[in-house]
Amino acid sequence: MVSLSEYLILSSTIFCIGLVGIFVNRTNIITLLMCVELILVAVNTNFIAFSHFLGDEAGQIFVFFILTVAASEVAIGLAILTLLFRGRGSISVDVINSLKG
Amino acid sequence: MNNFIEFDTSSLWVVLPEIFLLSAIVVILLLDLFLNKYSQQVTYYLTQLSLLISGILSFNLIDHPQVIIFSGSFILDNMASVFKVFIMIATMIAMVYSRHYLRAHLLFRSEYFILVLLSILGMMVMVSGYSLLTLYLGLEILSLSLYALIAIAHERVYAIEAALKYFILGAIASAILLYGMSMIYGISGSLNINEIANFVSNTDLNSRRTLIINFGLVFLVIGIAFKLGSVPFHMWVPDVYQGAPTSVTLFISTVPKIAAISILIRILVDGLGSMHSYWSDLFMVLSILSITLGSVVALMQTNIKRMLAYSTISHVGFIMLGFVTGTLTGYSAAIFYTLVYILMSLAAFGMIILLNKQGFEVDQVSDFKGLSKHSPWFALMMLIVMLSMAGIPPLLGFYSKFFILQQIVSSGFITIAIFAVIFAVISTYYYLQIIKFMYFDEIDNKITINASMDMQLVLSMNVILILVVGLFPDFLIQLVLSLF
Repeated sequence: MVSLSEYLILSSTIFCIGLVGIFVNRTNIITLLMCVELILVAVNTNFIAFSHFLGDEAGQIFVFFILTVAASEVAIGLAILTLLFRGRGSISVDVINSLKG
Repeated sequence: MNNFIEFDTSSLWVVLPEIFLLSAIVVILLLDLFLNKYSQQVTYYLTQLSLLISGILSFNLIDHPQVIIFSGSFILDNMASVFKVFIMIATMIAMVYSRHYLRAHLLFRSEYFILVLLSILGMMVMVSGYSLLTLYLGLEILSLSLYALIAIAHERVYAIEAALKYFILGAIASAILLYGMSMIYGISGSLNINEIANFVSNTDLNSRRTLIINFGLVFLVIGIAFKLGSVPFHMWVPDVYQGAPTSVTLFISTVPKIAAISILIRILVDGLGSMHSYWSDLFMVLSILSITLGSVVALMQTNIKRMLAYSTISHVGFIMLGFVTGTLTGYSAAIFYTLVYILMSLAAFGMIILLNKQGFEVDQVSDFKGLSKHSPWFALMMLIVMLSMAGIPPLLGFYSKFFILQQIVSSGFITIAIFAVIFAVISTYYYLQIIKFMYFDEIDNKITINASMDMQLVLSMNVILILVVGLFPDFLIQLVLSLF
């Protein structure tokens, strides 16, 4: 039997991997999107674990909504990314630096 | 305990504004298929009409007794109704300004109005959300529409870059907010704000449970600070303000602030109010940093949209100071500041849009050079807006700062009040700089104002409102005091 704290350790590890990935990644923007998805996976793990151990279904319902929203979020993100590629010919993180001051 | 099935048709009356707006969006979207390129004005008028009707419907629900429906996930109270009415009014003004800009830059697409309406729907859900789930869903409806709205100018490289930055940072912020929500859910065992509030107020503040609540609280505060755009989570604000088309900047800088304030009030004040001593320290640091950085960095900007972005950051710092006090009057002061800021920001960006014309994008401070010689009336309008933003009496911006500082001092944070006043004085410099450009410099580029009559009329009324409400602020102050 896996205990609640083990789930929480797993989810916080995934969360940290996602967060560190965002800050150290200098290659391309799709990796950033993957890191955001990792954070959402950590959140989902949390909700499901809590929901299971509390015996309350609301957390699992929340997870369905998060999955749906994450899907539409990625759809919009990739659409914007396509536009960026059309304009700049690259999806490297380094090309989004023309706005500054 | 489970009452998922509980459903009463009479509760549909309470969500009438939302239901109406959603149906209006569907109808406009379908109707749009049958309109040709030259009758797209119809979309604009239908948008204004549906905003007006849902504004009236929300107005009718003011003074409705407080009800919590849909298994505790939706609340209708005075605050929600008043916020909704303000959202509608501000959006209608913003749409009048947008039309001029969209026409001048050949961006007039009906998707623009659909996306605005969708984001309004998200804001209404946020304002009335009373469980973590509804608050999150409202926030996402709002954010997803805004990402697409910025990218609507897809020929512009800057706009795409701004959209991408906003998207990435917004997605990270939502994920962090969600992580905080999951922690709060885990410890309290419920998603409903009032059950969370019950749990938190019954928790002994010295027990180990407080540690977990605190852990979740930090993530929630970070997520909300991201959405409000306060330092050190402000990275997206200047870039998005500068890169987005000016009409979208106008929209982003105004109406979503109401939604951000209301999610803050719902989660932190209604839900975790008894943990106030823990989150007010975080807020104090965030607001001091925001006021400092916002006032100082704006001094060096030559791009007016970027300058106003930093000025927004410092205004957000003042708004957050209102939540440091921990008194209901302090929260009212923060709401008052938000509403006043929205009025001023509408007028300031409206002035920038007014100077736009076919193929000429106004985004430098120096574009205002010599405006007083060309159009004394609108130079006077800009003068009033800038003085109000700087906080000069008897204009509205003075009362909002005064109200916040008064509450801060009466809660005993005198050092912070002195600090805030010093930086408010420093920030006066860049507002006065624009006035100097308008009145004391020669025209070096051809300014022409060819905006339609309705735009000029609404902009003038907007500014006169700042002046008049500034002279008689009692009504608005009484209104925000009655919200709690």
